[in-house]
This record gives sequence, structure tokens and C-alpha cells, in this order.
Amino acid sequence: METTAMHIANGIVDGPVSAVFAVFAVAALAVCVRKARTDLDERLAPMAGLVAAFIFAVQMLNFQVLPGVSGHLLGGTLAVILVGPWVGALCVSTVLIVQCLLFADGGLTALGLNITNMALLGTAAGYLLVVALLRFLPKTPAGLAATALIASIVSVVVASQGFVLEYALGGTTDLSLPLISGTMAGVHILIGIGEGLIAATTVATVAKVRPDLVYALRRFRKAATVSAIGASA
Amino acid sequence: MTRRLGWFLAGGLLVALLLAGVVSNFASASPDGLDATAREGCTFDAGGEITSGTCMVQQEGAHQLSDSPLAGYGMRGIDNGFLSTALAGTAGVLITFGLGGGLFWLARRRKPAASSSDQAA
Repeated sequence: METTAMHIANGIVDGPVSAVFAVFAVAALAVCVRKARTDLDERLAPMAGLVAAFIFAVQMLNFQVLPGVSGHLLGGTLAVILVGPWVGALCVSTVLIVQCLLFADGGLTALGLNITNMALLGTAAGYLLVVALLRFLPKTPAGLAATALIASIVSVVVASQGFVLEYALGGTTDLSLPLISGTMAGVHILIGIGEGLIAATTVATVAKVRPDLVYALRRFRKAATVSAIGASA
Repeated sequence: MTRRLGWFLAGGLLVALLLAGVVSNFASASPDGLDATAREGCTFDAGGEITSGTCMVQQEGAHQLSDSPLAGYGMRGIDNGFLSTALAGTAGVLITFGLGGGLFWLARRRKPAASSSDQAA
């Protein structure tokens, strides 16, 4: 396997802009830690460790989306559905930090950029979509799978446009921004579909086996549908 | 943590280990969406060096930690590509679970004192 770079490398975005996003990422993660403590109980804490490990594993699985172009899961939507928005953002960040420090993937200088795009923007977009979709879709494994698919596609495209914004502010080469934005969006719709299928399969499986471990089902439990799932599983 | 949750975690971890340790060897080696976009506009020779054009990766710098024993998702010193990726992937899953799970466990909300006196340590 020759693919070694999956995230923004050093030097693509200039130092000052990278530093600004690093500060932003640290501040946002501090907020996430504060908020996450409300959600983290003795059931969610080990589950969150598993979600991080699972995302690390699946990020290694690049799938072909076009000739000569691959993609991999980012994981924000998957994390949000299973462990909630705050813990989910911390899960994706944990993966990015391990990848940067141990696997030399994603520049150290670019870590704030990568965390902003994938752990913060991607997760926030995924969460907003999940909240909106679960108002209409049934809180069943199938409804959750559909939610994961749609939210993943949007989340991945939003994350890709985060990079475009960073590049617009601090890009180190003179290239057409609309072109970069269009290319990134186009290829990331395809990657989002792949991510969505993986996320949908994963959340539907967990919802069938242990619906009580799915944050999105606990959090948005209003109707009696959740207990019905529990009884039928 | 209940035993039932323990079984679920063990099962999930096993799936993650199989994905990172075995399936990862069958992953696509093409540049990913970001990398492919960053290479757009340049032409490359067989060795991956830029021969002409303008693209984002022109200004790419080396990774500060490229000497890490796990750099590039391979275990340094292991010549067999399959084994190298398998070991790196396995290590990554275990480290991420250990680090993430450990930090989340430390940050968790403790139950009200009355019901968790047996957990004080």
C-alpha cells in the first residue's frame, strides 16, 4: 500500500493561517471536552474509545471513487450518531492526533486545519443533519441507516469546503479557487456516498444488536418506537 | 461497566483489528480526494516527482515526524508489505482505543457520591 498521505500536509496552507486554525481548534476542543462530560457516563466512555478505534481502522480503507482517485471515511457522522456531537468531535480528533503524531499522516503544522475540517466542521454538519432527519425518519435501524447515509454525504462535502476556505486564506500556490472548490466538492460527493454506506451499515448493525448504545436513539427518544426496537431486537 | 458491554466492546474491537490489520492491505493505493485535487495541474514522473505545471503539492513540506517507526502506515524494519501494514494497523487500533478510551474514562461523569462510594480510588 503506497498511499501514505490522507490529510492536509505541511506547507499547503501557510504558517499564519495554520496557526490561527490551530488556536481555533484548541479552543473548540476545550468546549467539546466541557460539554462532553455531561454525556460521558460509564457506558459511553468505553464506547467512545471503540468508536475512535473503529474510525482509525476504517480510515485506512481507501476505496476507489474515480480512476486514479480514492477516498476514505472521515467518520464525523458515524461518531455523532453513536456517541453524540461533543464526544464525537473528540473521537475524530483523537484519531487525527494519533495519525499525525505516530503515522506521520497530516502535517503537524496542519493539525489544526485537519481537526477543524474533519473533527469540527464535518461533525457539526453531520449532527445538524442527523437532528433534522430524525424528526421525519423512523427511529429504527433502517431509518438510522438512511439518516447516516444522507448526513455523511453532506458532512464530507462540508469538510472538503473547509479546506477550500483555509486554502483561500492561506494557500501557497496561485490556483483558481472556484476550480478547487468544484473539484473538491465533486470528488467528495462520491467519497461521501462511500462513507455513507459504511456509516449506515455500522449504525444499523449497532442499532440491531445494542440499540441502547446508540446516542441518536437515546437522545431523540420521544415516541415509544425505541422501546419497540429494543423488544424486537 | 457490565459484562454485556464488555462483550460488545470486545466484538467491536475485533472487527476494527481485522479491518486495520487485514482488509487494509486491499485498500486502494490511489491518492485520496484531497491529495488528487492537490496534485491537479502538475505532471509527475514515474518516481512521483513534479516535472511541470502548477499545483498545491508543489509547496508541500516534509512531515516533522516522518522518522516515526509507524510513519506511512508501515512498521519500520518489516520488509514484507502485508505484514508491515498489518502490524501498523493493529498498533494504531490498539493505541487509539487505549488513548481515546483512557481519556474518555478519566473525563467521564461520576455517579452521585452516594451510589459510587465503591468506585472511589
